[in-house]
This record gives sequence, structure tokens and C-alpha cells, in this order.
Amino acid sequence: MALSENEILDGLAEIINEETGLDAADVQPDKSFTDDLDIDSLSMMTIVVNAEEKFGVRIPDEEVKNLKTVKDAVSYIAGAQS
Amino acid sequence: MTPSSPARVVVTGIGATTPLGGTVPQTWEAILAGRPGARTMDYDWVEKYALPVTFAATLAVPTSEVLSKPEQKRLDPSAQAALVAAREAWEDAGKPEVDPERLAVVIGTGIGGVQTLLAQWDNLKEKGPRRVYPLSVPMLMANSPTATVSLELGARAGAQTPVSACSSGAEAMGMAIEIIRSGKADVVVCGGAEAAVHALPIAGFAAMQALSTRNDSPETASRPYDTGRDGFVLGEGAAVIVVESEEHAKARGATPIAVLSGYGLSSDAHHIAAPEPEGAGASRAMVEAVDKAGLSAKDVVHINAHATSTPVGDVAEANAIRRAFGDEADHMVVSGTKSMTGHLLGAAGALEAVLTMLSLRDRVAPATINIEDFDPAIDLDVVRGENRSLPDGDLAALNNSFGFGGHNVALVFTTP
Repeated sequence: MALSENEILDGLAEIINEETGLDAADVQPDKSFTDDLDIDSLSMMTIVVNAEEKFGVRIPDEEVKNLKTVKDAVSYIAGAQS
Repeated sequence: MTPSSPARVVVTGIGATTPLGGTVPQTWEAILAGRPGARTMDYDWVEKYALPVTFAATLAVPTSEVLSKPEQKRLDPSAQAALVAAREAWEDAGKPEVDPERLAVVIGTGIGGVQTLLAQWDNLKEKGPRRVYPLSVPMLMANSPTATVSLELGARAGAQTPVSACSSGAEAMGMAIEIIRSGKADVVVCGGAEAAVHALPIAGFAAMQALSTRNDSPETASRPYDTGRDGFVLGEGAAVIVVESEEHAKARGATPIAVLSGYGLSSDAHHIAAPEPEGAGASRAMVEAVDKAGLSAKDVVHINAHATSTPVGDVAEANAIRRAFGDEADHMVVSGTKSMTGHLLGAAGALEAVLTMLSLRDRVAPATINIEDFDPAIDLDVVRGENRSLPDGDLAALNNSFGFGGHNVALVFTTP
């Protein structure tokens, strides 16, 4: 059963909290991974791999650079669920 | 001090997380009370691989109780331990204000990030390359504890990592003396870190018959100088100290705990693991350390020995002490604190340096525990039964560390 975008946001916020220590409540759709959340490329790769595992999706490396905001990632994961 | 003599290097902060406590005061209290740090391991891999040794001296306070989740996730356990110890030492030193380009870090390790290496190898085999953690390499590298502490403190005068097995932590302190005396830095944060309590290192050490197999009694397994000793007890943890030139410490009003007066270093070129039985290399390191401290053997009242509780090693060191100091060794009171801490490998020398300084500060040489039948081959005044008081006045103490590969390091500390 596909998860709602809100459920994906919560799950993603949990992953980001564990990896970076950022408060999960700060992970809002309009936030930029690099500019607002200060997530470097290595952390981003870890978040992507953890998200793949958690949501059962595949996020190709070439797609990762297009995921600039939290909303970008949530939308991509929602669309990739099947 | 004459104008030509080298800068005095003083210790102004100490920190440690060990099998006896999460801090230096907790650890020291356990040492003075004679409490052992070894315990039966409850990791699933002990049974899974039917390890011949089922106990170790694991951390008394797991780093998970003091570090944030991201710190736990992004740092190898060896770097986690180094960070905990460095924070305590830095705080203890009064968080010195120092130009970042005059602050250096030197933290040694014996094995490095072996737990990360093995966990990620499992990940690779079980889940594929994409699931290998992106920070695997910076976590498993041997300089990870050093780099972590350098980042934490913003140290920019250099961050170095001596790797000489079980003398790494002591070697780091020797390097710190050189860094201060060369004028490269005013403050050096130095020590050792190790986190190798894992199936593979245990199986490896057991295969070379280096570990005690006293599985039914972990608390009494580490017994340096006892005739029943059958190997060392693997420990883990970190110890870190803050050293600075006496001038720098004075200028900021810091009170030294001890003076790091000298160090000696030699190599055996004898065997990759066995100590040279005559102790020639080890004794050269001891003599050099005392010489460089500007002292003579009669000044040394206490030795915190390497004394790992192996049948061959303890005797070889005792012979080396006699060879170095002759009859003067009669008045040197010897403690084997690994009987309580276990053997922290690359962190051992650093931890024992801390214990040596505390012995000088509190004027007490800790008793070596678990000696039921003192080995007559040991011709030394080993403290056993009860802790021994050290005399008043200016005192000097020696701390020995020896590592696989034939590395010998001796440090001399004096009262400030």
C-alpha cells in the first residue's frame, strides 16, 4: 500500500534526524537540503540509501542531484512507489 | 632551568573513558579500590563463532550514553571514545584559549576502525555495494580519532597518528613533547584510542595464544606477575591529555597536574610479536626517557609497568627494568594496572600515563590485583595487597609501553 506524502515526510524527517541530529520538526517541504538543512553530499547519499530501504523504492544516483528540497524528495518517493 | 634547556612540557588536562569508568575520576576511584573491569561479553557473535575467549574489559559507560545519535552513527567506536576523552580533558584544562594554528592533536591507535571495517564488509556481502555506508572510509581509517578531535577543537597546527600497536598512545605523548619543543604549537591534545572488542581481533589474538582464556572468572583473568597468568584481557577505551609549554600554561594561569619530562623510544628488530628476552631495547627506551628528563635512576620512585599478564612479556619487562636501572630498581615501586583496566592496546599507554600522573598527584602506587602466587622470576617491588604511599617532595615516575613489532616507549612524569 502506497504511503501518503505526509507519511513519507515523517519517515524522511526521521532518517534525517538520525543521520544529522537535525530536529525532525525542522524538516519541512520547502527546506533546501544544502542551503537550509546544511546536509552535505555524503550525508545526502546516506539519507537516499536509507530512504530506499525504508520506502522500498530506487532513487538513481543521477536523480539525487535533482532533489533540491524536501518536497522534491517526498514527491519523487511518492511517485516511485508502486 | 638554564636558558639552553628545552621547554618544560606540562600536563593541564586529563580525560578518559575506560572499562572502569566513563571519566578519569571514576576510573581512578576504581583503580584505588582494586576493582576489575573485565566482564563476560553478551554480544551475539561470541556464541555464533564459538570464540575461545568470552570476556573482555568493555567500556564501563558506553559512548551511546554520552554522544548524540549522529556522532554514534558517523564515528567509529574508536573515534567516539577519543571524542569523549578529549572533551573531558579539554574541559579539565579549562578550555584553553589558543590560536587554532598553535593547537595540535596527536592520538594513536593500534588497530583503527576495525569495527567499521567489519560491519561494512558484512553490509557489502549481504546487501551490495550501494548499501556500504558513505562514511565507511573516513570512519575506518586509523587517523579517524585524531581527525575527529582536531575537528572538535578546531586544531590547525597538525593532526598526527602514531601507529605502533600497544605503544601508540605513549608514542603520541612523546610526539607531543617534540611538537611543543620544536615551537610548532603551544598546546597539544594527545593520547590513544582503541575499540577492537570484536570477534576477529579476539580470534586473532586468541590464535596467537596472547589472551587469557579464564572464561569462568573474567575478574581474576588479568593477573600480571602471578604464576598463573595466561595472557592479557582485551580492553577498549581512550585516554587523552592536554599538554602545553610551561610558559603558555603560566601565562593563562593554568595549574599543571604533572610535568611530561621525558620520553625514550627504541625498536627491537628481533621478532614481529615476541619481546626480545634480554630486554635490551626496552631498557634503552627507559634509560633514554630518564636521561632526557634530566634525571637519574635514583629519582624514579614509581613505575607503571606495561605488565599485560602474559607469561613471557611480564618477565621480559622485569628483566629490562633491572637491566636499565640495576640496584636502583630496588626503590622503584611497580604497579601493573592492567590487572584492573585490561589491555587497551593503542590506548593503553595513554591511560597508564594518566594513572601515573594521578599516582604522583595523590602520592599513591596502586596495588596490582589478582596476584595469588607472586612469580619468583619477577625481581621487582610490585605493589600488591594494598596501595602503597609514595614519599613527599619532588617525585618522578616512569610509564612503559611496548608494542607488537618491537616498539618500546617509556615516558617520565614528574610532580609539578
